[in-house]
Amino acid sequence: MDSAREPVLEVRNLRTEFATSAGVVKAVDDVSFSVARGQIMGLVGESGSGKSMTGYSIMGLIDPPGRVAGGSIRLNGRELVGLAPEAMRQLRGERIAMIFQDPMMTLNPVLRIDTQMMEAVLAHHAVGRRRAREMARDALARVGIPAPEERLSAYPHQFSGGMRQRVAIAIALLNKPDLIICDEPTTALDVTTQNQILYEMQTLCRESGSALVWITHDLAVVAGLADTVAVMYAGQLVEQGSVRQVLEQPRHPYTRALIASVPSRNPRGRPLAQITGMAPSALTAPSGCRFRDRCPRATNICATSPPVDAEDGHDWRCFHPVFEEDR
Amino acid sequence: MTVATSDTPLARFLHAYFSSRIAVIATLVLLLLTLAAICAPLIAPQNPYDLTKLDIMDSRLEPGKVSSDGKLVYLMGTDEQGRDMLSAILYGLRISIAVGFASTAAALAIGLALGMVAGYAGGRIESLIMRVADIQLSFPPILIALVLLALSGPGVGKIIIALIAVQWAYYARTARSAALVERGKEYMEAAAGLGLSPLRIVLRHLLPNCLPPLIVIAALQVASAISLEATLSFLGLGLPVTEPSLGLLISNGFQYLLSGTYWISFYPGLALLLTVAAINLVADQLRDVLNPRLQGI
Amino acid sequence: MITFLIRRLLQSILVLLVMSLLVFLGVYAIGNPVDILISPDANQAERARIIAAFGLDQPLWQQYLLFLRNAAAGNLGRSFAFATPALGLILERFPATMELAVSAMLLSVLLGIPLGLFAGLRPKGLAGKTIMTASILGFSLPTFWVGLMLIMVFAVKLGWLPSSGRGATVNVLGVPLSFLTRDGLEHLLLPAFNLALFNIALVIRLTRAGTQEALQQEYVRFARAKGLRNGRIIGVHVLKNILIPIVTVIALQFGSLIAFAIVTETVFAWPGMGKLIIDSIRVLDRPVIVAYLMLIVTLFIVINLVVDVLYSLLDPRVRLAEAK
Repeated sequence: MDSAREPVLEVRNLRTEFATSAGVVKAVDDVSFSVARGQIMGLVGESGSGKSMTGYSIMGLIDPPGRVAGGSIRLNGRELVGLAPEAMRQLRGERIAMIFQDPMMTLNPVLRIDTQMMEAVLAHHAVGRRRAREMARDALARVGIPAPEERLSAYPHQFSGGMRQRVAIAIALLNKPDLIICDEPTTALDVTTQNQILYEMQTLCRESGSALVWITHDLAVVAGLADTVAVMYAGQLVEQGSVRQVLEQPRHPYTRALIASVPSRNPRGRPLAQITGMAPSALTAPSGCRFRDRCPRATNICATSPPVDAEDGHDWRCFHPVFEEDR
Repeated sequence: MTVATSDTPLARFLHAYFSSRIAVIATLVLLLLTLAAICAPLIAPQNPYDLTKLDIMDSRLEPGKVSSDGKLVYLMGTDEQGRDMLSAILYGLRISIAVGFASTAAALAIGLALGMVAGYAGGRIESLIMRVADIQLSFPPILIALVLLALSGPGVGKIIIALIAVQWAYYARTARSAALVERGKEYMEAAAGLGLSPLRIVLRHLLPNCLPPLIVIAALQVASAISLEATLSFLGLGLPVTEPSLGLLISNGFQYLLSGTYWISFYPGLALLLTVAAINLVADQLRDVLNPRLQGI
Repeated sequence: MITFLIRRLLQSILVLLVMSLLVFLGVYAIGNPVDILISPDANQAERARIIAAFGLDQPLWQQYLLFLRNAAAGNLGRSFAFATPALGLILERFPATMELAVSAMLLSVLLGIPLGLFAGLRPKGLAGKTIMTASILGFSLPTFWVGLMLIMVFAVKLGWLPSSGRGATVNVLGVPLSFLTRDGLEHLLLPAFNLALFNIALVIRLTRAGTQEALQQEYVRFARAKGLRNGRIIGVHVLKNILIPIVTVIALQFGSLIAFAIVTETVFAWPGMGKLIIDSIRVLDRPVIVAYLMLIVTLFIVINLVVDVLYSLLDPRVRLAEAK
């Protein structure tokens, strides 16, 4: 990795908790990673792994009964945890943007597209309405939407799913943020559109220099898109490193199992490789290493918290990491 | 982590229901009022219908005054005929609640039956029943009741019929929706395939699924029926003078209001308000508890 | 859009015809049509005249057609009590009732929506819970009794407002309206508020439920992610979404307001259609009853039509789907 680049985002020991009637749920437990300028990081995990919660925590969108209980989130060196709500609001949409999974629901169905785009600009910059509209039109063109001028006056339901997501991307890019968090933005789209959007996002980010955190459960997406990968399980980060490191030399048993279960990796005619059991909820997770109930390499020591080992920018949280010689 | 203390559906329901303090109070008030109404002949200090017992000299006495023969304290004053208001209210409450419950129960039965038939049978029958129900629902209840009573004249039976006519459509519509949902389910086909008679299918399978949402509606409707009957009586179109409901009592007191004799209208109104409010609060809590979507908020 | 309008218009006319048939059957066939249209103390000549004019000696279906023709011409019989055309009598009282109903509707909107919005934004707070409990009270309070209590408190005990009747009126385009004078407003306040009470409670509950549901939606989260101010999120994003169903309910409730005006007008001696119909029922002035029913039915059908059109205009999803 290029260490000369200062990280745009630096997350250290982040903890996000929810107070429920059944106890305190640690949705994000001691998560640390950093993203450099123009870099794309894939945040991978099953549902319930805490990856979306990590994204919301960075955006400051955790509402009671949840709260960011500890740790640090630095955006360009500025501490976000504990920031006053108004200051956080000014950053949102301007320095950090977020794109959600289902574009039908994220765009307000009764407001026009131009309204929803212009307000993103007007909330942060004192430009005139005409200028804001121009910016919106240019943004639509940049994401590849044909006839942008007419499209501006339209309503969300008049667009297809892929187009709507492009509108959401356009909105995210409007104020040229330093960081964009994407929470499974292509999951609700068909495969062709998915690939298109992935490619476009990659290009746009390279062009604008925005860093990207791409939250997904799909390893294949990460393989083609990202520079670095972080794998989450039951609220914890179990492995991270560059894409090559994690995908070609996965150390954590969960990562290995995840890679092995990707359909394209399985030879035809044989049953698909699966990870036995189900991912625990943060309430039912076992003590110590949370993966030990499903791990083929688990031993007694795994009942205590595993240490984090690192090597050359690649780190993992395991007592029994897998090295090539073991296989 | 808390462990559920009791596991039967009834226990869980009761636990959820009584978790709201307001619901507890409302249910208690309602039980008290219903009990008082049922036992009216036993606990009322005076029989307000017995004209021989009334002393015209005691008319329009303030609350707290004593009767001229010294035997009775008029806790809520007397009306223009010397009737003890408390007794009149107890008897009036009895009639109001009885009419409200009776009409709701009947409307529920009729609406449920028609709705299930419509949902189950489909086709022309369904269209007909639903069309009639829709037309009726687009007019406010008071208007329909007014017209029916204007045409038929007053009387307890006529009022109950009018109240039934006003309510049945709500139940029919809901029952039919529930029936439609059930009709699409596979066990219905299975039952039909087994050769079970339609009646049996409807009673054993359709009915238990249609009932829960109707119970909530019925609870709300009882309050609405009591209120409507009071309004109609107030307007002079309701129950006859010989069996005064709360509405009539209030109407009697109207003319004396401007001269400061407020209690003839005030106390019956208070009784009415308490009853209707209690029922509404109970129904509200029932709806929150029985509605699966709201759980978890 | 045009085809939609035409279709709904045709449907409405159909319903109107059906309702007129029902009213006709109800009044003419159930009761004795002679009794209905002829005053009990009319003499032979009068009887003969009316029988001829209304074709009471003809077969039922011919009577119905005659009834329709007369109705279309605005002739719905003569009031027994006032010996003037029934329809004219009712139309004379129409502005007063409308004024009451419109005022009540305005009150419902101006009080109900802000209170409901507040309760929806802060449901757990004391104010929010108080508003909700108060709204249940608003449902439960019998309208007529509240009216009596209002009179007692504000007119008798405090003497601030008059206890009955309509205030001084001003003629606007030939229609006498009272809210333009101070005296008129004083007379209007209590009855309008009384009539509105149930509706205010309804609007509060609807707005609160709508607000709570809207706040859970993804577009609110996205709006926050864009860094929009809270004021804009609630005032534009949330409000626009919840107003659509609320406006339609309020508009539909308008018919209910007109019906319930009967009670309020009786309590406050407000000279509107409602008071007229009660008095007419008491003295069995059937032509007036028939005229009132026909007018109300027409009014309701018009309201339903307007609401349908309104809804399709407000919701862009419906409006644009229809246009395709």
